Amino acid sequence: MNAAEGDIVQFDNVGLRYGAGKEILSDISFTLYPGSFYFLTGASGAGKTSLLKLLYLSQRPSRGAIRMFGTDVITLSRARLPAFRRRLGVVFQDFRLVQHLSAFDNVALPLRVSGVKESELEKPVADMLEWVGLGDRSDARPATLSGGEQQRVAIARAVIGRPDMLIADEPTGNVDPEMAVKLLRLFEALNRLGTTVVVATHDLHLLKKVPESLIMRLDKGRLGDPTGALRYPPKRPLPQTPGFELEDGL
Amino acid sequence: MSLIKGLGSERSAQLVPQARLTGPMPWVIAIMVALTTIAAAGGLALANLAGAARAELSGGLTVQIVEAEPTARDRQAELAVSLLANAPGIEAVRRVPDSELDTLIEPWLGDAGAAGDTVPVPALIDVRLSGPVTDRRLQAVRGLLRGRAPAAQVDAQSSWLRPVFSAISSLQWLALGLVVLLAATSAAAVWLASRSALGSNRGTIEIVHLLGGTDGQIAYIFQRSIGFDAVLGGTVGLGFGLAAILLLGRQFAALGSGMISGGGLGLYDWAAIALIPLAGVIIAMITARITVLAALRKML
Repeated sequence: MNAAEGDIVQFDNVGLRYGAGKEILSDISFTLYPGSFYFLTGASGAGKTSLLKLLYLSQRPSRGAIRMFGTDVITLSRARLPAFRRRLGVVFQDFRLVQHLSAFDNVALPLRVSGVKESELEKPVADMLEWVGLGDRSDARPATLSGGEQQRVAIARAVIGRPDMLIADEPTGNVDPEMAVKLLRLFEALNRLGTTVVVATHDLHLLKKVPESLIMRLDKGRLGDPTGALRYPPKRPLPQTPGFELEDGL
Repeated sequence: MSLIKGLGSERSAQLVPQARLTGPMPWVIAIMVALTTIAAAGGLALANLAGAARAELSGGLTVQIVEAEPTARDRQAELAVSLLANAPGIEAVRRVPDSELDTLIEPWLGDAGAAGDTVPVPALIDVRLSGPVTDRRLQAVRGLLRGRAPAAQVDAQSSWLRPVFSAISSLQWLALGLVVLLAATSAAAVWLASRSALGSNRGTIEIVHLLGGTDGQIAYIFQRSIGFDAVLGGTVGLGFGLAAILLLGRQFAALGSGMISGGGLGLYDWAAIALIPLAGVIIAMITARITVLAALRKML
């Protein structure tokens, strides 16, 4: 199947199993469009994190086809993967901060990997830390930060490079409701600038905060598509299906 | 060039924590460099010693007049000196004075052997040819003396030292073997250290990978880290090695042996020894890079 013009990610009958075990993900097919906002929901163990791993190119599927930015990423050589990964911003559930680097250096890491000069990265990194409320903790090591602060550093690191697609795994799990809303507003702001956002969460209240979002629901490794927009996508991103109520569907 | 291309800054290169002199790696490299320095210096000194001895002996002949009767011995010796002095291709001829012979044999015979009073001692003639001694020239000298000095025995001086040269050559090969072995051991130590560092920094490496870091960038971080260790270790090791060489050199110089004095180190030798730590750094960095790249290829 060829990627439709303008799509950013296309999964076609993707399956994933670890080793010789049973399939964690089965028959996953969907298309993500640039500038759309997606929530990925599902019970614990439904396969959300595994699906995100496929999205942020940490794992290759056992079967099926994945196209990203118009390129088949399954057969892509290792040497070409970094260029694709630089177009992604990822917020990991366990933050994955480098423990012996300061908050500043953790946030600056994607820019340094991309070859941004030191003189050009100081201000954006400082601004980003300020924005997530950690301007005065830029020299702090992750071990000295609270869970919420570490999560904010992880989010700052994911968005600092203005990625084409932001993938976040439970990004508000360790922050207070006020900060959760603030972070969602950041994601929305990025989304308005054209970044495709995929947020995995089990917080149903969060879904209501972004009414324009589309929802993917995973159930035992299979993708439910309450909006119908994922399996049979229209040419343009759809707003959330009228009449679809979170309480009913989730 | 990807070998020197990193993440673009000093701070990002700190992704791998540096133990510096508190870690084992610089000390392992220091020991390796010190041993390599000593082995290399030994090999070079032996090469110089053999070279100097060969140069000195290459044109040397010894004529012995083995005649028990002193008058006949002296007559044949004088005649041989006269014939040799006028022969073409001969640079110098010197009859070794009796007093010198007495001194040479004194440790074995004491005063009793002086000037052949009780034990007949052959007359010795030291001959220096204008070029190296060949079989053809040796036969020519023998032919010249045959008949006129029938008691004359002619030998090339280098033939006496052939077993010594053979032993020196073996020692040189041994020194070269040691240098190669130590270089291989250093590379193996770096390989182990790199594998260990990769294991303990796996989480960081995965993060850098997922942020779009290339294998080359990650390998650079490790080779830079190992490179610093190798510079530190190499400097310390060279210091220890040089101290040992100077100490040994002083000990050998005190022997006062003419042969051993030919085993001193020249300017090029010292330059070669000074390059050992540099070679160590290059070996360490290349080994680290190859090790890390090979390990990274197994990751997505």
